[in-house]
Amino acid sequence: MELILAIVIAVLTGTGIYLMLRARTFPVVLGLTLFTYAVNLFLFAMGRLHYNAPPVINMSDTHTDPLPQALVLTAIVIGFAMTAFVVVLALRARADLGNDHVDGIDIAEPEPAETQAQEEANS
Amino acid sequence: MSHLLIAPILLPALTAVLLVFLARSSLKVTRVVSLVSALLLLYVSLVFVVQSGAGIIEVYALGNWAPPFGIVLVADRLSSLMLLVNAVLVVASIIFTFNVKAERNDNLQPLIHFLTMGVNGAFLTGDLFNLFVFFEIMLIASYALTIFGGGKERAKAGLHYVVLNLVGSSLFIIGLGVVYGMLGTMNMADLAAKVTQVPAESAPIIAAAALVLLLVFGLKSAILPLYFWLPRAYSNAIAPVAALFAIMTKVGIYSIVRVHGMIFNQQPIVGLLEPWLWPIALLTIAAGSVGVLGAKRVRMQIAYAIIISVGTMVAAIAINTADAMQALFYYLIHSTWITAALFLLTEVIALQRGSMADSIVRGPQIRQHTLLAVYFFIGAIALVGMPPLSGFFGKVLLLKATPTGAAQVWLWTIILVGSLATIVAFGRTGSTLFWRVTDLKDSKAKVAISSWISISGLMLLTIGLVIFAEPVLAYLAVLGTQLIDPTHYFNAVLSTEVITR
Repeated sequence: MELILAIVIAVLTGTGIYLMLRARTFPVVLGLTLFTYAVNLFLFAMGRLHYNAPPVINMSDTHTDPLPQALVLTAIVIGFAMTAFVVVLALRARADLGNDHVDGIDIAEPEPAETQAQEEANS
Repeated sequence: MSHLLIAPILLPALTAVLLVFLARSSLKVTRVVSLVSALLLLYVSLVFVVQSGAGIIEVYALGNWAPPFGIVLVADRLSSLMLLVNAVLVVASIIFTFNVKAERNDNLQPLIHFLTMGVNGAFLTGDLFNLFVFFEIMLIASYALTIFGGGKERAKAGLHYVVLNLVGSSLFIIGLGVVYGMLGTMNMADLAAKVTQVPAESAPIIAAAALVLLLVFGLKSAILPLYFWLPRAYSNAIAPVAALFAIMTKVGIYSIVRVHGMIFNQQPIVGLLEPWLWPIALLTIAAGSVGVLGAKRVRMQIAYAIIISVGTMVAAIAINTADAMQALFYYLIHSTWITAALFLLTEVIALQRGSMADSIVRGPQIRQHTLLAVYFFIGAIALVGMPPLSGFFGKVLLLKATPTGAAQVWLWTIILVGSLATIVAFGRTGSTLFWRVTDLKDSKAKVAISSWISISGLMLLTIGLVIFAEPVLAYLAVLGTQLIDPTHYFNAVLSTEVITR
């Protein structure tokens, strides 16, 4: 179980970081989301893994630490809000800059005249 | 336990909500509400400073949970001082927004109060996870404020700023997770006690967590490899927002002092940060100096001056003595207020230069050139750190606190060369703005009274910092000793008694 969780976190982190380093806003947002998942799982795992153990004392023989669960809930809520914000911001940047490159410069467009025409069309 | 301690968080929160509902009422009403709230905040912060100056460390256990189990708010000397520095900035910014055209749109006033809530919370909290939560509140308000006003440049700068900080927040959680997993608590005072009991084989994991947290706080405070977002974000934000953001880098500095100074600078990982902080500090100052010299716009130049000041403060953290802490916080007050004042001043200068705005090029004569030049001169002297203004005393205190040896040679050289670069850069800027001019075009509007009040207030305060240097330094001296030996803080937090019925 520990091994599976560790692998999942590692894969999520790896994919997340790879996607965050991409040049377009959409993969970056996806990467951020995956990275947030990985981080939330990591925080959750910091309370150690227990089977069939409620986070309440005296419910059964064993109990698990409730605090990481509370912390991870907070982190999920915050992460969700931030993702929503970054999606809106990426859309706005797409509208303002005319492309979805993170630096606002679209290298894929070779013709400057074409770019200008497109910018005019956008504005 | 007095309920006043939660006021710096609740007051801006409630004001912000109220202002959202008042969005459609007249401007006069929203401005009065906003300003009154900020002035109340200033008063409350002064009460805390006086209280902590008398030697009281006020602790507030939220939800009546006894520490270390619940979240605590703590107002010691450091927190109270930071609250005051922030409250002054908020008042000045709000007065300045009275002359911002787009003030009505996009809820500028509520956002300022939300930002204040986050900053105040970060200063007051005595819980590491709560610090993260308040960081996020502060950041989400700052995201909206960065892109306030719209436009291409702001969208681009905003996107970088937001993505970088989201990564920073995720790293923060990783650091927190490791700390909780190893030590089983989030209360700062309790963490400090638990760190000392860590077995030697677990020490490297704690050290790793401490360094991850340094990375996070370093991103907020804009130290060398992590500062590239700052100049663009700050120089493109509208002036009152840029002025408010002057406190944001200091939140990072505060967190390093609080978290690393108090919790992680103990056995078994004592001295972990020093080898990192020294080169970071020196290189940050050097990079900032290059930026100041190369900047093409005044705002960009001030943004790079912030980076120099951050480097200077990190050097003080690296020295880590009571004297260095005293110097650090004297310099911090000065640097926050003067950079804010200069951002605001640049805005009124840019308005009177028309299409030239704040580019450092030959342009039309400014309408109120004499008065503005005097202000710019005073501001630049203070920022550069020449006598007789506050920047000079901050730097002298720091240079005096440097230990002799290699550190002294490096730090003195870099700080003094950095100051020289700033003098040259601001000298050139001032002479271009005010002397290399074409004919006067007096079509531009005069500077509004509200803007004058705001800028003059901040300038007078930095001058006041020199005139009242003695009481300020006396307060900071005890602050310094409390930071080096935080037993007093730990006792105050851990001995807090909850109300029993």
